[in-house]
Amino acid sequence: MQNVQLGFLDYAILLIYVIFVIGIGFVLRRYLKSSADFLTSGRSIPAWVTGLAFISANLGALELVGMAASGAKYGIATCHFYWVGAIPAMVFLAIFMMPFYYGSKARSVPEYLKMRFDERVRALNSVAFAVMTLFASGISMNALAKLLNQLLGWNYHVALWICSAVVLVYVLKGGLTSAIYTEVLQFFMIVLGFAPVVYLGLRDVGGWDAMTQALSGVSVDPAALHFKDPGTSYGPNGWTSAWQPLLAGSSHNPMGVDCFAMVFGLGFVLSFGYWCTNFLVVQRAMAARNMGAARRTPLIAAVPKMLFPALVILPGMIAVALTSMPAKNYRIPPPSLEKQAIVAAVAAVKQAAQSDPQAAVPEIIQKVSGAQKGVDPKTGKPKKLLGFDQAKLAQVVKTYADKPIGQDQTKEQRALRAEFVAAFSNTMTDYDYDGVILSLVKKYCPTGLLGLALTALLASFMSGMAGNVTAFNTVWTYDLYQAYIAPNKSDQHYFWMGQAVTVAGILLSIACAYFAKQYNNAMDIIQLVFGFVNAPLFATFLLGMFWARGTGTGAFLGLFGGISASALFHSLTIAAGNSPGVKGGYLAVQQTFPSEMAQNFWLASFAFITCFTLTVVISLLTRRTKTNEELKGLVYSLTPKLKDEAKAWYLRPATLGLVLLACCVVLNIIFR
Amino acid sequence: MGLDIRLPIGLMFTLIGAMLAIYGLATNSEPELYGRSLGINVNLRWGLVLLAFGITMLTLFWRGRKSSQ
Repeated sequence: MQNVQLGFLDYAILLIYVIFVIGIGFVLRRYLKSSADFLTSGRSIPAWVTGLAFISANLGALELVGMAASGAKYGIATCHFYWVGAIPAMVFLAIFMMPFYYGSKARSVPEYLKMRFDERVRALNSVAFAVMTLFASGISMNALAKLLNQLLGWNYHVALWICSAVVLVYVLKGGLTSAIYTEVLQFFMIVLGFAPVVYLGLRDVGGWDAMTQALSGVSVDPAALHFKDPGTSYGPNGWTSAWQPLLAGSSHNPMGVDCFAMVFGLGFVLSFGYWCTNFLVVQRAMAARNMGAARRTPLIAAVPKMLFPALVILPGMIAVALTSMPAKNYRIPPPSLEKQAIVAAVAAVKQAAQSDPQAAVPEIIQKVSGAQKGVDPKTGKPKKLLGFDQAKLAQVVKTYADKPIGQDQTKEQRALRAEFVAAFSNTMTDYDYDGVILSLVKKYCPTGLLGLALTALLASFMSGMAGNVTAFNTVWTYDLYQAYIAPNKSDQHYFWMGQAVTVAGILLSIACAYFAKQYNNAMDIIQLVFGFVNAPLFATFLLGMFWARGTGTGAFLGLFGGISASALFHSLTIAAGNSPGVKGGYLAVQQTFPSEMAQNFWLASFAFITCFTLTVVISLLTRRTKTNEELKGLVYSLTPKLKDEAKAWYLRPATLGLVLLACCVVLNIIFR
Repeated sequence: MGLDIRLPIGLMFTLIGAMLAIYGLATNSEPELYGRSLGINVNLRWGLVLLAFGITMLTLFWRGRKSSQ
C-alpha cells in the first residue's frame, strides 16, 4: 500500500487532540484523594457523561475496524449486533439489572457476585475477566499499530508504545474520572471525524440505491471478485437485507448462520452476556452520581448505538460496492506481506528471470505463502496458500524479473522495491477486511480532513484501551489484590496499588498486542473469547438476580462447567474452510459449521444452556448459605420495588426503554 | 466533579474547526487538492460544522455555569 503524506495541519490536529486528553488528566489529578476516587470515580458523574462514555469505551478498535470488516464480509446483517443484540440488552440492563449493581454498593461486577453468591464465584469471574480484558486491549492496540504502520509508514513498535504512553498518562493522572471524561470527548471526535468519510464514500458510489444495486450483483456472484469460494451464490439481497437471507437458512446468507443461532446465540446469550455483565461497560454506569443517572446511562447510550451502523457498518458495504465498480479504481486492500514474504517474493521473481514467467508462477505462490503463513513441518509445504490472480502475477513477474528489485541502498532502489511490492500485493485475491476503514480514509481525505479522520481513529483506539485498563485495575485492586493477596491495608496502599497496576496493565496489554499480531480478523477472535467467558456468565447473573434459591456452589460449578463446556465445544467443532488447530476441532471434528460466526453463536448458546442447567440442578441439591435478609437488594423478588423518582412518566426508565425497543423494531423492519 | 467536560470539548472543536475552515478558505482556489474528496472543499465545509459544534458546546458550558451560580 502506498503511504500518504501527512501535512502540517494534520499533525497539528493530532497534537491538539493529544494535548487536550492529557490536559484533562492533569486537571482532574487534584480531585484524586482516595482509591475510590481513582478506581470508581467516587460515584459523582452526570448521566449524559456516563452514557456517552458507556458507548465510547466499547467503541474501540473492535468496533470501528472490526465492524467495517464485518460490514464488508457479511453486509447489513452485521446490524444484528446492534438492533437484535446491543439495544435490547442495554434496555434490560437499565430496567432490571442496574438497580442491583448500583443499589448493592458493589464496586465492581465480581464484587456483586461475591455479595450474591460467594468468594469462589468472584474469584473465577475476576480472574477470567482480568485475562479477557488484557487480551481485548491487546487486540485493540495491535490493530491500531498495524493501521498506523500501513497508513503512515510509522514503525509498528513506536506507534504501539507511544499511543500506550498517552493513555497511561491520562489514566494515571485522573483515574476512572479522567477515562470517562476523555471518552466523551473521544465519542464526539470519532463521530465527527468519520461522518464526512462515510458521506463522501456514499456519494462516490452514487448514493444508497446505486450501492444496493452494486451489492446485489456481488451477492449473486461473490466469487467473481473472490469474496467467496467459486460456486457460491446468494439471492440478490444477500448483502443488503438483514432478515430475509437469514430466514432462508445458513447457506443463503454470507454470514453462514441460521435464525436460531442469530437470535438466541448472538441476540440473547452473547449480547446480554456482554452488555449486562461486562465490567468494562457496566463500570461506566456504576460511576454515575445517583440511581436515576445509573439507570439512564445505558438508555442514553442506546440512542447513538442504534445509529452507529451508519458510521461503522456502512463503510464496509461501500467498500464492497466500490470494489465491484472497475471505474472507481478501488479494491479492498490485500493482506500486507510480512518482511520475510517480501524477501521470498523478490528472490523467487529474480529466479524466474531465467525461465518462463508463466511457468514460475505456481512456485512463486508456494514460496511466498510459505514465508507468510509458515511451512507445515511434515510435508514441507505452506500451511495455507495465498490467493493470487495468476495471469496478473505473471505480468508483474515479467515486468520486474530483470529489474534490480533486490537492493535497497539508494533512494531510487527503495522506490523501485516499494513499487514492486505494491504491484505484487495487488495481484493477490485475498482481502484484508480490517483495512477497509483505513483505505477509505486514504481515498477520500485531503490534507486537513485526513488529520481529523486519523485523530478519530486514534481516539477510538485510545478510548477502548483506557476502558480496558480502568476496568482491569479496579478488578485487580479490589477483587484480587484486596480480597486475596493483601487485605486490611490502608486506603493509601490500595490507591498506590491501583496506580501501579495501571502501569502493569498497560505493559501486559502491549505483550498481548504482540501476541495478537498473528491473527487476521480481530472480531472473530474476540467473539470467541467472549463465548468462552461471557456466555455462561449471563446465566449466572440471570439466576442470581431473579432466583433466590440459587446457591454459591451451584453458581460456581455452573459457571465453571459453562466455561469448560465452551472450551470442549470449541475443541470438537470447526467452521468450514478452517483446518483443525487454533480455530477449533483440536480434539476431533464432530460438527462442521458453515462459518466461524455460526460456530461462535452455537458455542455461546451451548455454554449458556450448560451453565443454566448445571446451576439450577446443583443449587437444588445444595443448601442455601445466604438468608433472605442477606439477599435483600441483591435478588429481584427480595428487594422492595424501586420507586421511580418523582419524574414525569415519560422520563422513567421503563418508558424510555420501550420507546428504544420500538425504534429498534422499526429499524429491523425497514432493513429486513 | 470539578470539571465540566463541555468546556474542553467546546474549546477543542472550536480550535480544530477554525483551523480547518481557515485552511479550506486559503486553499479554495486549489481544486487539485480536493480531487480526492470529489471536488468538494471538505475542509471549509466540515471545518464550519466543527466550529458550530464547538461554539454550541461552549455556549452550553457558559449557560450551565451561570445557572449553577
